[in-house]
Amino acid sequence: MAIADLANPSRFLRFANRTIPWLGGVTVVAFAFGINQAMVAPDDYQQGATVKIMFLHVPGALLGTLGWGVMTIAALGTLVWRHPLADVTAKAAAPIGAAFTLLCLVTGSLWGRPMWGTYWVWDARLTSVLILFLLYLGVIALWRTVEDPSRAARAAAILTLVGAIDLPIIKFSVDWWNTLHQPASVFRFGAPTIDPSILIPLFIMTVAFTLAFATLLLAAMRNEILRRRVRTLRLMQASAAS
Amino acid sequence: MEATNHMAFIVAAYAAAVAVVGSLTAWVMLDYRAQRRKLADLEMRGVTRRSAPMRRSEPTMEKEEA
Repeated sequence: MAIADLANPSRFLRFANRTIPWLGGVTVVAFAFGINQAMVAPDDYQQGATVKIMFLHVPGALLGTLGWGVMTIAALGTLVWRHPLADVTAKAAAPIGAAFTLLCLVTGSLWGRPMWGTYWVWDARLTSVLILFLLYLGVIALWRTVEDPSRAARAAAILTLVGAIDLPIIKFSVDWWNTLHQPASVFRFGAPTIDPSILIPLFIMTVAFTLAFATLLLAAMRNEILRRRVRTLRLMQASAAS
Repeated sequence: MEATNHMAFIVAAYAAAVAVVGSLTAWVMLDYRAQRRKLADLEMRGVTRRSAPMRRSEPTMEKEEA
């Protein structure tokens, strides 16, 4: 099956029905392996055992921003190419991205209290991630406010494109401003600055969370296609009755 | 630095992760069941995708029906 064939919602549903159980199974295995590796990883020489929180915080941050990246591409698909699945993807990705961003904020606070002595500071990195979370809530609210899916999709796509400005701000905030948050140590030019004994569990947990994100996104897209079918059938029923 | 010093923060972080991923999983599974039930209910009442002409207001998702 060519990727372009998945643009057809019926074909996409068949693909999703076949893929979701396998992807879900691989995700569970990846989490089991990742959590095992995270638990046996040594303490960091500075952070101590709280480095284990990083195995959740870093994937949460990555997928929170990746979610908005997916929505940005989908927004272009809605506005420029009018791709049949673009707004379905954008709508499905919003709550998942919001949840991972929330996980990033919560785990970051729980790490910050013992390491920085505070749950929260209005530092550029933390504030820009909080803004991303609020943007997610705004897009979700917009989808729920506008009843017609195609009108809601256009409005949400515009907000998504505007909100995409926050992504480079999040990434480079630690370079542009003097922040309490440390600079990039994994996704940076040159090699990561983390020891392999911590980097490997972090990589496995990131893979596990990414698989979870992909599984949840596929499942949420399938639900959205079914929801639109229900809506169409109800409109047809109402139209036939009148 | 002893792990026990910060165990409460570590446990709370992992509990938050379980809550977030678990809630998302439960949400998509329950939503799937709800949509399937609604579709089955409509089909049982004879409302199918070929039982009436297509509405022109929703072209994006109905291209597949041709």
